[in-house]
Amino acid sequence: MSKQGIVTVVGLDRIGIIASVTFALAEYKLNIIDIRQTVLNEFFTMIMVVDVSASTMSFKDLQAKFAQLGEEQGLQITIQSEELFRGMHRI
Amino acid sequence: MSYSTQEIIETLAMIQTENLDIRTVTMGIQIADCKRDSLQDTLDQLSDKIMRFASRHVQTCENIEHELGIPIVNKRLSITPISQALPGFRSDEYVKIAQRLDQIAKELGVDFVGGFTALVHKGFTPSETALIHALPEALSVTDRVCSSVAVATTRAGINMDAVALMGQIIRQTAEASADRAGIGAAKLVVFCNPVEDNPFMAGAFHGAGEPEAVIHVGVSGPGVVLSALRGHPDASFEEVSEIIKRTAFKITRAGHLVGKLAAQRLGVPFGIVDLSLAPTNAVGDSVAEILECMGLEYCGAHGTTAALALLNDAVKKGGAMATSAAGGLSGAFIPVSEDNGMIAAIEAGALSLAKLEAMTAVCSVGLDMIAVPGDTPAATLAGLIADEMAIGMINKKTTAVRVIPVPGATAGQFVEFGGLLGRSPILPVSPFSSLKFTQRGGRIPAPIQALTN
Repeated sequence: MSKQGIVTVVGLDRIGIIASVTFALAEYKLNIIDIRQTVLNEFFTMIMVVDVSASTMSFKDLQAKFAQLGEEQGLQITIQSEELFRGMHRI
Repeated sequence: MSYSTQEIIETLAMIQTENLDIRTVTMGIQIADCKRDSLQDTLDQLSDKIMRFASRHVQTCENIEHELGIPIVNKRLSITPISQALPGFRSDEYVKIAQRLDQIAKELGVDFVGGFTALVHKGFTPSETALIHALPEALSVTDRVCSSVAVATTRAGINMDAVALMGQIIRQTAEASADRAGIGAAKLVVFCNPVEDNPFMAGAFHGAGEPEAVIHVGVSGPGVVLSALRGHPDASFEEVSEIIKRTAFKITRAGHLVGKLAAQRLGVPFGIVDLSLAPTNAVGDSVAEILECMGLEYCGAHGTTAALALLNDAVKKGGAMATSAAGGLSGAFIPVSEDNGMIAAIEAGALSLAKLEAMTAVCSVGLDMIAVPGDTPAATLAGLIADEMAIGMINKKTTAVRVIPVPGATAGQFVEFGGLLGRSPILPVSPFSSLKFTQRGGRIPAPIQALTN
């Protein structure tokens, strides 16, 4: 498993979004390296770079867990390796 | 942060709303060492070898899909042209080989296997003749086997005997699968100047210059290019070219990354990234709509060939900057049934077979996924093939014909092939005969390479 992942969270803004997502990150042993958050037209948008090296879960399992959390919380959450972004945006 | 919010959102939007995907990861496998004296022993060797190399192919690709968060739509195999790798069988035996390949593909979960192929641009061996005559049955009793037949190259000229024969074979193949709209012919492509490292179907095969096994990747992404261009309605042609180049760069990098990871994990060399814009029937995932976005009322209007030339060249320039492993067909595809914009242009009366033929002179490949009336004479199909081969031969490029004479259908009707193959209006062909021309026999000589006007 590669070292860094990108997590994105998008949904209608309300109290407790960061709490619920970061609680899950801690549970799955994903360490937040960087975090950026904004509210655009009532839409909460958060992007995090996380270190996944301590986690024993695969991206596939993590995606399933976060999809479930997203459904419960009314959020769209994605997690994927940082490699794709490096390939596409860095020469 | 190492990436800006905009960069991350752009990539996610490409995947989630603009249909960016890796169209295929294709594993090429050399199978010439599978030949044995008996058919049964040969089939057993074939199964053993392909299973040995490709058993982890689908699972590996699925893991990469999840890890990178980008869909890999098809996982495919390409093998050494059967008529060269496994010579000396009869037509009925080649049908059995096709059935075994189909069975292997289904067991492995791969979408297609390409390489049920004959290269007859200079002439036929008995094995090639037998394989070609096996095609109507082989392609109707199998689901995942794809075939290609090379009938011309710039160095050899056009084998008109093969062209005439393929006119008949395509008709027979469509008729043998009449219950499924002639879909057998959708898995058969006739080539001029075929490439040895093509990951796309139906024309993929594992060429003579390739290693024992290899991973090739075909990228997609018309929707991404379209979306980028829509943001710049008044851009000049230089700016349009720049936008396409930048977009093609990003798409290709995604393909390069997937190919590198797949090759590494499967323990085989990484071959090429095919920098193609391959449309699908998804909304906005259309090459025709890109051309229309440049300012044409419909694809097919005067100016279409110029727009396509710009698009095709810019895709290559952006892609070549993104990877040193560019190869395969690399260019924009114009498969009619797989592109909603092409279909709409035909229905509007804007796009004809004649215009499509002109477009193939400046883009990747050729007359692709074109449905014609079921009673189109074999000689007319042969004439259509000969014209397309001539464009490839003279312009030193790959051209191909994948045409489906849909049994029972007439011009103006609509046919559904399903899945990635899409749906299409039946295009009218010339009502005038090509019979005498295609019956002459022999070869159109290779063209002179100087005096280039």
